[in-house]
Amino acid sequence: MQLQTEATRPPVAGVLHGSRIIAEIKASGIEFIPCLPDIHTSEGLLRPLTREPGLRLIRVCKEDEGVGICAGLSYCNKRALLLMQYTGLLDSINAIRAVGVEYSLPICMMAGLLQKEPGVLPRDSKHFGVRIAGPVLDALGVKHHVIETDADVGQIRPAIDAAYTHHHPVVLFIGGRPVA
Amino acid sequence: MSMRRDQALRALAEHVADDIVVAIYTTAFDWIAIRESPLNYIMTGAMGLGSSHALGLALGRPDKRVLVLDGDGSLLMNLGSLVTIAEAAPRNLIHFVLQNGTYEANGAHPTPGSDRVDFAGFARAAGYRSCHVFDDLATFAARIGSVLQEPGPVFVTMKIEPGPPPKLDYQYMHSAPVREAFRAALNGSH
Repeated sequence: MQLQTEATRPPVAGVLHGSRIIAEIKASGIEFIPCLPDIHTSEGLLRPLTREPGLRLIRVCKEDEGVGICAGLSYCNKRALLLMQYTGLLDSINAIRAVGVEYSLPICMMAGLLQKEPGVLPRDSKHFGVRIAGPVLDALGVKHHVIETDADVGQIRPAIDAAYTHHHPVVLFIGGRPVA
Repeated sequence: MSMRRDQALRALAEHVADDIVVAIYTTAFDWIAIRESPLNYIMTGAMGLGSSHALGLALGRPDKRVLVLDGDGSLLMNLGSLVTIAEAAPRNLIHFVLQNGTYEANGAHPTPGSDRVDFAGFARAAGYRSCHVFDDLATFAARIGSVLQEPGPVFVTMKIEPGPPPKLDYQYMHSAPVREAFRAALNGSH
């Protein structure tokens, strides 16, 4: 398996609009959003999503529930995106390992990188959790991408399409703090 | 009182047609021996996520009834799913917990609170539409047919004891052909 590590180019600090992310999510055919709130994406992404027609939010109590829900939906040919904070991603590693990696299921996840400094690569963050999130996914063989600014939102749809076409999990890290 | 698991599952199987049945661990091996079907969903990974897989299936296929045969040890690992399921409120989901008070798949050590936990009480408090408790085979066999007709989410505690040990084949449970057979059956079933 070819691993996709985070971008090597220095990210440019800039604006990330939640509306752009939502447009890409919808264009990707996503119908269900299992989610837990994350202060990093709360106002710029999750709250606008609650008002978005055509998407069903499923509020879960713990992030690994969302992995199971996405798995069940995938068998029904329904696309889902689990929205959470990277801490919830780390808490869900065993579920991602079992269901996403070992069962080869398209578990698509979007995780806010709370405390990542603007314009700084995650691996260069001064915050330990932010630094190790990508390498943990590398160890699992899970593809991941960093969405830092509006210039990066074009990665969302191809990443989701690839996950469903080739049956593998994918994580889209939200690096910049989205504005509505 | 309690019911022998294999006998209770046979009584349940009489009322299962082309339903999706999500079955967990040791119960899964009993179930697939009793009711062979490609719509058996036995690949839930680990750590109590069966009810969450079932919720995804129920939301993705509202035209089909989804039964989840959860374990008490499994549900204890994912109690929040009771609240999530009640909030999502799928009318086609029937959630069973087969309660024997042990982590049976891992040496049958007791679960915490095994002598007093009330799973139906949890489900009722979470907001399931109806909740039932059965510890007697004759009563279960007589009533389960009508319980399955209730709008979901429905919760059913089955107080059980193991019967003859089923053949445990985890390689089969986690194999790709099982997943592909389920996918093909589900998408050919309307």
